[in-house]
Amino acid sequence: MSIDPSLGASIAVTRFGLGARPGEIDAARADPKGYLKAQIRPAGADQPVGTFQSSAAHFVAVRDYQMQRRQNLKAGVDPVQEALKQIRATAQPEFLGRAQLGAQTDASFRERWTLFWCNHFTVASKNLETAVLVGPFEREAIRPHVFGRFEDLLTASTMHPAMLLYLDQAQSIGPHSAVMSMGGPGLARFRQSGLNENLAREILELHTLGVGSGYTQADVTEFARALTGWSIQGPNAGQYGGRFASAGEPGEFTFREVFHEPGARHLFGKSYNQDGIAQAGAILHDVAGSPATARHLATKIARHFVADDPPPALVARLQQAYLQSDGRLDQVANALIEAPEAWAPQQAKFKTPYEFLISSYRALGGAPDDFTKFGPVLTSLGQQPFNAPSPKGWAEEAEAWAAPDAIVRRMGWSEAFAQATAPLGAQPMTIAQNSLGARLTPPVAQAIAHAESRPEAISILLMSPEFQRR
Amino acid sequence: MTRSVDFNRRSVLAAAAGIGVSVTFLGRQAFAATDGHLAKRKLVVIVCRGAMDGLSVSPPVGDANYRSLRGEIAIAGFDQPGGALKLDDTFGLHPKLQTVHALAMKGQARIAPAVATPDRARSHFEAQDVLESGSNVVYGASSGWLNRAMESLGPRKMEAISVGAQAPLILRGKIQAASWSPGGFKDRDTRLPGILADLYAHDPLLGPALASGLQTEAMAKTATASEAAMAPQPVPMAAAAPGQAMAPMQPQGGDAAARVYAQAGRSGAQAARTLGTTLAGFMTQPNGPQIAAISIDGFDTHANQGNAEGQLANRLAYLDAVVDGLSSGLGPEWSNTVVVAATEFGRTARINGTKGTDHGTASTALVLGGGLQRGGIIGDWPTLQQAKLFENRDTAPTMDMRGLFKGVLAEQLGVGRGALDTVVFPDSAGVAPAVGIVA
Repeated sequence: MSIDPSLGASIAVTRFGLGARPGEIDAARADPKGYLKAQIRPAGADQPVGTFQSSAAHFVAVRDYQMQRRQNLKAGVDPVQEALKQIRATAQPEFLGRAQLGAQTDASFRERWTLFWCNHFTVASKNLETAVLVGPFEREAIRPHVFGRFEDLLTASTMHPAMLLYLDQAQSIGPHSAVMSMGGPGLARFRQSGLNENLAREILELHTLGVGSGYTQADVTEFARALTGWSIQGPNAGQYGGRFASAGEPGEFTFREVFHEPGARHLFGKSYNQDGIAQAGAILHDVAGSPATARHLATKIARHFVADDPPPALVARLQQAYLQSDGRLDQVANALIEAPEAWAPQQAKFKTPYEFLISSYRALGGAPDDFTKFGPVLTSLGQQPFNAPSPKGWAEEAEAWAAPDAIVRRMGWSEAFAQATAPLGAQPMTIAQNSLGARLTPPVAQAIAHAESRPEAISILLMSPEFQRR
Repeated sequence: MTRSVDFNRRSVLAAAAGIGVSVTFLGRQAFAATDGHLAKRKLVVIVCRGAMDGLSVSPPVGDANYRSLRGEIAIAGFDQPGGALKLDDTFGLHPKLQTVHALAMKGQARIAPAVATPDRARSHFEAQDVLESGSNVVYGASSGWLNRAMESLGPRKMEAISVGAQAPLILRGKIQAASWSPGGFKDRDTRLPGILADLYAHDPLLGPALASGLQTEAMAKTATASEAAMAPQPVPMAAAAPGQAMAPMQPQGGDAAARVYAQAGRSGAQAARTLGTTLAGFMTQPNGPQIAAISIDGFDTHANQGNAEGQLANRLAYLDAVVDGLSSGLGPEWSNTVVVAATEFGRTARINGTKGTDHGTASTALVLGGGLQRGGIIGDWPTLQQAKLFENRDTAPTMDMRGLFKGVLAEQLGVGRGALDTVVFPDSAGVAPAVGIVA
């Protein structure tokens, strides 16, 4: 199937990418596929620009804060304001940096691909600890691996403190682990603790095999037992008389042997006899290589990039690319670019609020510069920054985002945004042609031409059916 | 009446959304006067998301195995401090469910202690889809059973109004949704809505959405003006990102910590109660909505679930506060109203290693309303004996959730058996409607 180069350039930049900045569609016109393929690189995603702290530093800071908080509570001081300051000081610049990267990057397919994986491995702000770790999680665990092997990405996600906290793994303890038979002051709370199967379940259900692929409750529980010991190094390694000593700096991943459930594990009709960290590692290796995982990931990628109800042929292509390359995500990205189904002219995807806002900034050639303005808008449109509603992440389906209320809100934001930006930009028709290219339809072009003011013209562009979709 | 009143009401609903409580209405003028006694009937479904622990909602403190299975998260006995509020010799209600208990004492609240959807995968997302779609399999329907129930009653002009920018599955469907939400809108005096309406004329997604969105804005203005008298005070909550971060993380030792924890629960409950009264205000307007759905998030208590106080207790306090706001706000109309609160599945009978509970099977549903038939529990209690636990871990289901919903739809709204078995809950002829719920 041959694609009209003008339409192909528009599709490359608006569907595969995050929306066109001025001149971008022209740059893609000569070779739309090559334009996208050039964005695939072994080094992975771009990193947001800014001075950000590591997750380990955040973790230690939160633990210090919590200790102070306990002392404050004893003294009867309300600690809530302090907690909020802490969050604002770290999470907001992280999110703003990510949004600025999205608005300004010349490699926006690379960034969309990355955001897909950030959502696939959702970590959300369920408490103070996770709220400050979502940004570092994306930078440390996701971005370096988005064009590498899926197994490496999965392992990085599973080992990251943000994920270990978000899905309650850090405190999961084997019922027959060494700590259960240790005496001594301060250890009682560990002896009263035990297994938590939350992370094990979500890895199988959401990150790898997918629900309904045939694993059982017993598989989940066995996997949870294998994962015991996957934890985070505390700020004080000498605690508990050093009996918990394990490798790793404070706030980083550690394998805590004394939490680990001893013995072989039996899942999926197979035995895992490995010791220590290698046991869950072997299980992760096997699920990453499973055809069910290939199918689940292929379906999700096709649904994200092409249609809520993805073409079966596209899913099959992506699944095949995954299995033939031993789970290499650069090869899967390549297969997506080569797939004819991905270039269908019909715009089947409705933009999420984040995609809508970022593409609006791109159309005007700008970038958000103030979280206190940008963040609340996203929240009001239903997509609170760094706070997806569940481990499943943000919804893909148009119906979830196109409620009447949400459309009226998008319109209200478009008017305000157009008021603020219109005087600075080029002629509205030029902006429309630059941002939509061959996708600009005659009725919308006509409405823009007949607009009574520049802000009205820009609002019409941003709210047009072809700009709201990709 | 004034802009500031408008702003206050919106703020309060925004505060409720900020704590994970949101509401969707269906059915502005769902029934006409010619529908006779149905003309005033109202139904509110509360979806408790995250798998609400039935053994804490209606603790079977009289069940011989309850205390040993539950350990330190067990709710204490009837006569003890922080103990269950007595319903009968076996069951009580969680101590935070005081409104529900007071209604139960008047015959206006009942429990169904062992209901489950047909789904057994213990996945939140799959089970919520099944619960809301009314299908017997995942992805079996792309619309919600509440929407299809109204559709089955014949051609009516109805709208859904949702607070919160995402539309829940239970009310999605052919009957078009309008929505209204708390926010700071300026008066709409630009040409843009008209221009967009033209551009969306042939757009099946955006056209209807914009039309009903604008219509509801107008309706909300009217509603707000007519309810100036009940305008509540705004509640300061973390509506901005990253939200919920100010909720206390873990119960800490000491009285001061308990005070802070209780404080967060109280202000959240106040927002939840106001959401209930606000919804009641909408529903008691002439031609106001008769069908609504409320979502309450945050029931996934894998760790540090708590007992009479704590994480789960706070969520149950929100549930109780919503019911309080609704039942008191509806006034005389409470006698025409049924409220059902249900969750996607229950939690393990045993406490887990992190003082919480994991994904289970059957849970408790609550049925409330001024016009209920008196009676005991709805469905059977399987007991918590080891041999009776489902897969040796969960409360065993004795009633299909669809049977409960069917019974309510039949007795409260007059939905026929044929429609219930095929359209509203596809392929469910084998699931009998519960009977004797509404007087």
